[in-house]
Amino acid sequence: MALAALDLDQALFEGLCRLGDSTLVLGHRVSEWCGHAPVLEEDIALANVALDLIGQTQMWLGLAGEVEGKGRDADTLAFRRDVWDFRNLLLVERPNGDFGHTLMRQFLFDAWHQPMLKALEGSGDARIAEIAAKAGKEVAYHLERSADLVIRLGDGTTESHQRMQTALDKLWPYTGEMMMADATDQALAGAGIIAAPDSLRPAWDALVGEVLTEATLKPPEGRYMHKGGKQGTHSEHLGHMLTEMQWLQRAYPDAKW
Amino acid sequence: MAATRLPRRQMVSEAQIWEWLAEVPDPEIPVISVTELGIVRDVAFDGPELVVTVTPTYSGCPATSVINFEIEKKLREKGVGKLRLERRLDPPWTTDWIAPEAREKLRAYGIAPPIDGTRAEGVVAGRIKRLNGAALVVPCPRCGSENTQKVSQFGSTPCKAAYQCRDCLEPFDYFKCI
Repeated sequence: MALAALDLDQALFEGLCRLGDSTLVLGHRVSEWCGHAPVLEEDIALANVALDLIGQTQMWLGLAGEVEGKGRDADTLAFRRDVWDFRNLLLVERPNGDFGHTLMRQFLFDAWHQPMLKALEGSGDARIAEIAAKAGKEVAYHLERSADLVIRLGDGTTESHQRMQTALDKLWPYTGEMMMADATDQALAGAGIIAAPDSLRPAWDALVGEVLTEATLKPPEGRYMHKGGKQGTHSEHLGHMLTEMQWLQRAYPDAKW
Repeated sequence: MAATRLPRRQMVSEAQIWEWLAEVPDPEIPVISVTELGIVRDVAFDGPELVVTVTPTYSGCPATSVINFEIEKKLREKGVGKLRLERRLDPPWTTDWIAPEAREKLRAYGIAPPIDGTRAEGVVAGRIKRLNGAALVVPCPRCGSENTQKVSQFGSTPCKAAYQCRDCLEPFDYFKCI
């Protein structure tokens, strides 16, 4: 019994890192646009989305550190772990590419993020439920924006349509991981802490299908889906991102200002 | 700044604490106070220690730590010695908690106040409904015209969207509903 509780705590820590690392990595990626977006309003919107995601990271990783009980806080987890300890989805570590590519990545993630948080509001763990309720309100606006822009750019000019289709083709093989369960997910879902990842599939399929149709875009034929991010096997891109993100804390540990 | 320490045995009422907190302005929108914004959720004494419970507006809002600092500063100035600030997430903050009188102050300041019941549902049905003409009408806080357009869902702070008036042509912030 004691061992089972220990295992569940370990699964909970892993699960919280998956949530917090995904919002952290996407938040950092989106923040890379700050000062570089095509128009001022989009620059501000991207920075706002990044800010929400980093705020959510503080809550998820803060709770992860609490559950782990080794004195690591959200900052320690964010800045003092190396690539193999990150549990984010592969989708969010993909480089930004052009503006359309960034928005397509955002939409594919938001379309999962929003219903996933909705489901987490019913988590048996009250700490998770309250973070999900808070984050869900913000993510509703992220989804509204990314869906609208995917439609406008997909069903836009020949150039914008082509760029959005290319982005979709490139990112599609990274979407399967969101709905794929492993032993950690099963343990958490079995304990009523999270929703089973595959239970989110119908909502994601319906929303993505509807928006892509309206955007005159087609998902690629291939069925192959990358996986491994949630278990710590990442693409080369994440290491480069962390090199920049963690540089200050690595060079000057515990620096304060 | 000379903080006058309260006499040791003097009990301060919770109502008095609320009055002091009503003097703490929101750092981003200084015309309204943190209590009018609805983010102070509770004021209570835990023995001799005052516990002020605050909820964040947006999880990543940079003003949150400034607000906590300002609350502490105000209460220290008033002579509160033992003080603890707690964060409460549940129930999550909603624009519905912004006091009615604060909405007029927002408008006078140039920010269109939130229109209750218009939260983003984030579902296709809601989006399509809006695209089909059931668009949210946000009157211009300067000239009152309803002929306005959304420029961006995200504005100068996490809680605001950017709008523009088509009549007086002024850009303005809208305090969006969550």
